Amino acid sequence: MIRGKGTLWNGVLLGLGFALMLAALYLIFVYVPTEETMGVVQRIFYFHVPLAWVGLLAFLVVFVCSILYLWRRDAKWDTIAASSAEVGMVFTTLVLITGPIWAKAAWGVWWAWDFRLTATLALWLIYIAYLLVRSYTAEESRGARFAAVLGIVGFIDVPIVALAIRLWRTQHPGPVVFEGGLAPSMLLALLVSIAAFTVLYILLVGQRVSLRNLGTELKRLKG
Amino acid sequence: MKGLFTEVYAILWKELISGLRTKEIITSVLVFGLLVLVIFNFAFEPGTSTRETVAPGILWAAIAFAGVLGLNRTFAAERENSCLEGLMLCPVERHVIYWGKLAASFIFILLVAAIITPIFLVLFNLPLFMPRLALIVVLATLGFASIGTLFSALAANTKARDLMLPILFLPLVVPVIIAAVEATGLVLDGRPWGDMATWLQIMIAFDVIFVIVSTFVFEFVVEE
Repeated sequence: MIRGKGTLWNGVLLGLGFALMLAALYLIFVYVPTEETMGVVQRIFYFHVPLAWVGLLAFLVVFVCSILYLWRRDAKWDTIAASSAEVGMVFTTLVLITGPIWAKAAWGVWWAWDFRLTATLALWLIYIAYLLVRSYTAEESRGARFAAVLGIVGFIDVPIVALAIRLWRTQHPGPVVFEGGLAPSMLLALLVSIAAFTVLYILLVGQRVSLRNLGTELKRLKG
Repeated sequence: MKGLFTEVYAILWKELISGLRTKEIITSVLVFGLLVLVIFNFAFEPGTSTRETVAPGILWAAIAFAGVLGLNRTFAAERENSCLEGLMLCPVERHVIYWGKLAASFIFILLVAAIITPIFLVLFNLPLFMPRLALIVVLATLGFASIGTLFSALAANTKARDLMLPILFLPLVVPVIIAAVEATGLVLDGRPWGDMATWLQIMIAFDVIFVIVSTFVFEFVVEE
């Protein structure tokens, strides 16, 4: 029964994600006008920002689920945290790949030790440690506890890291999105892209969670 | 309150005694710190202006790396002789154990920094008397010890042990390292107190936040 319900949900999400992703691609490559100064390369913006947003969202989910796991000791929360961290890691890695591609065209360098780049790199390193802790622990329950502790401490650290790096370096364009500095057509493309990637995130985490659950089930059946 | 102090002190005392009886740890950590100072020097031309600008970075790389090496031992030694079980059987709250260990790690890193820093000042031909640098060392050391003690307990229970702590510790203490390096640079430039205020505030905020957070999550790390 539960499985049937899950499949239905999954199908709806998959359809929604597919439609949104197509709409986002149309908006990004056809609808949105080319940016004046940076040229066509600026279109990577509509991937870069949504990826960064989903990466942060994923680590926020890790943080909340880590607290819930330590509090309630329900393996469900640990499964969600672990899956969300994995997906967040993929998205943050993509941010670190799309960033230098854009920077090379816009600033003339692959990498600048500026605020957002450095902070993203630090974030990425913290969550690599998160994934490593889990795989380097012998017992699963202990790994889950350790990962939860790092999921909490790491996320609390993120704003302090960001603040320290911000005071240290600043070159990255400010958050133009919230200051109304973005043309309406560009904002639309960005928002649709963010929605598409958020649905993709939920889908991927859902897949990982059900895979993990099947793995646990298999282990139980094997005895 | 007095009872709490006695309990923390008892753990700290035990740590200090076992630390004094195994002098090889502090010796090797010190030698390692000095080696970092010396090795980093080879990366830069002596006497050039770049050397002065990177000096604070070299000092903090040495203290951070030596600190990790020392922190690794705080729980690894407990584990090797199954002493951790004994420690956990102490009739005290788990966070008391954390505070005792934290105090011991703090003193340990402070001692290492107190020896490395003057040698650094001599090697870089800088004035020896710098009370403001001492304040930076104290604040940064507390930051290292708060995160380090928590993750030392965690790393000791993983398969990779000694390798795990630097991977966990270094990304998390990035704010402390940045603040300490920047503040040290300002001190070495002879700038007034006001210029350093932001960096000192970041270190104080980091120390307060992570001593409190670690106090809460420590019990989840050591429970069996």
